[in-house]
Amino acid sequence: MAAIGSGKTVSSTYAPVRGWLLLPTWLTIGIFMLMPLGVMLVYSFLTKEFRGGVLWEFSFAAYDQFIFDRGLFGDEAPSIEWTYITIFFRSLVHALIATFFCLLIGFPTAYYIATRPTGSRYLWVYLITIPYWVNLLIRTVSMKFLIRDNGPINQALLNMGVIDAPIHLINTNVAVQLGLFYSYLPFMVLPIYAAVERYNISLSEAGADLYAGRWTILRTILLPVVKPGIIAGCILVFVPSLGAFLAPDLLGGAKTFMIGSLIEEQFKGTASNWPFGAAASMILLSIILAVLMLYARSQARGQV
Amino acid sequence: MGKSRYNIRHYPGFLWITVLCLVLLYAPLIVVMAYSFNDSLSITQWGGFSLRWYHDLFTGVESAKFKRAAVNSLFIALTAGVISTALATAAAIAMVRGGSFRGKTLSFGMISIPILVPEIVTAVAMLIFFTSIGLKLGYLSIVIAHIVFCIPFAYLPISARLQGIESAFEEAAQDLYAGRWQAFRYVLMPILMPGILSGFLLAFIISLDDFIITNFVKGAGMETLPTAIFGAVKQGIKPNIMALSTLLLLFSVFIVTLSYRLGRTNAKNSTH
Repeated sequence: MAAIGSGKTVSSTYAPVRGWLLLPTWLTIGIFMLMPLGVMLVYSFLTKEFRGGVLWEFSFAAYDQFIFDRGLFGDEAPSIEWTYITIFFRSLVHALIATFFCLLIGFPTAYYIATRPTGSRYLWVYLITIPYWVNLLIRTVSMKFLIRDNGPINQALLNMGVIDAPIHLINTNVAVQLGLFYSYLPFMVLPIYAAVERYNISLSEAGADLYAGRWTILRTILLPVVKPGIIAGCILVFVPSLGAFLAPDLLGGAKTFMIGSLIEEQFKGTASNWPFGAAASMILLSIILAVLMLYARSQARGQV
Repeated sequence: MGKSRYNIRHYPGFLWITVLCLVLLYAPLIVVMAYSFNDSLSITQWGGFSLRWYHDLFTGVESAKFKRAAVNSLFIALTAGVISTALATAAAIAMVRGGSFRGKTLSFGMISIPILVPEIVTAVAMLIFFTSIGLKLGYLSIVIAHIVFCIPFAYLPISARLQGIESAFEEAAQDLYAGRWQAFRYVLMPILMPGILSGFLLAFIISLDDFIITNFVKGAGMETLPTAIFGAVKQGIKPNIMALSTLLLLFSVFIVTLSYRLGRTNAKNSTH
């Protein structure tokens, strides 16, 4: 709450009409965002019909299908169905790897930018932000174009004689991780930048006066102080990576299926199982809410 | 202060990582832009500079399809942008100028939901919702979905600017017997306008660029630019798609730059 709406003095020029001012937004988000999420929850407990529709009969089938394999006709003894668990696990691993590499590149970048003089700092921030606003679809397609077997990188390396055969990246896990990393890198830089910008550099100077080396200062003074920014950046990369659709769809193949692709297939693709798609969405949403709640709790604890 | 050993601000290698970061972010975009000017049927061979794919885009076999998609995209982005900006402006005034009240945190949470929920989940929820209430998928379903999704993007710059404007201006107007609406219309709104425009431009570009939600709620036969590009790319990256992508990309950069500039001018004015 402190983040937004807390100026130095609480101004209340529009207090008598605030209810009317907020009402349209409340209604729009309530009806067209919260209600759909509620209906989706209901759908995840319905029975699927054969041609992609649903029957209004309560059932745990969608969640059951997620975890158990009961054979083609559903009459065998249940055994654990690993397909979907593997997809979720793979998505978690991809998202974690993408987050790790974003941090590896993003932290030094954010620190470097935040310690520039004010004038050039804005230019650096602008340069980092622009790719975020550029169409994600076009960015992912561009990445695909770049790393194709006969794409510009492979051709240049072949021409220079560095490699004998093109490096095969498309449809591999590495390509998907690269795509996620590339998609959400700006999300890592910006919150860390904001934290380092607020960081009081005299703390580092005090450390240096006490004969601490640069890297000791970084590890023991700077990192603990800007930790909230780092955690925020990690969440901003991890959350969209986990539910990503474009990177696995365009850069990956059947073996790199992620949650986003699995969900999409239930609605737009051949699988056509709406309750199962709704259930998978609910599970994804629950994981993300859990992450966000952990984050909120750690923030609340940090402020006391 | 000595430069090498005692400059504790400086970490060796950080500059190079920053340069690497920018190269990683921009290289794919620049390569695609360069290849859109390639005078060759093959996307692999460089055949010299030419504008043939831009010409093809506007006059070729697929030009009618892209033109229709572009008109749809612009119409949807304008409608969703205007409506979400209006909603966000009203909400921002209530949040920043409404004093402290119960439900303020909850309201902020509501406004943030569209950003917190993964896009694919929003897309699924809206598709199921529209289908179950019997709304025909098409223009209307896309516009509604975009309005919801754009509200937080319009809200953030508007509320940020509003916090930078002292309430003394409206209070003075009200002391001079201006009604609340007049104080808003003739005093606050002109000062807030750059923030409102900045929010509108961001909402506009978010809507124009959206693929995932649009893909779910568009229904059969309806295409926007991103869904048309996605459909085409599924058959392979063709040079005319690179030309179209380049145009859309440059347009986004232009709109976002404009939005930033507006945000900055406002910040400067309000501190005077």
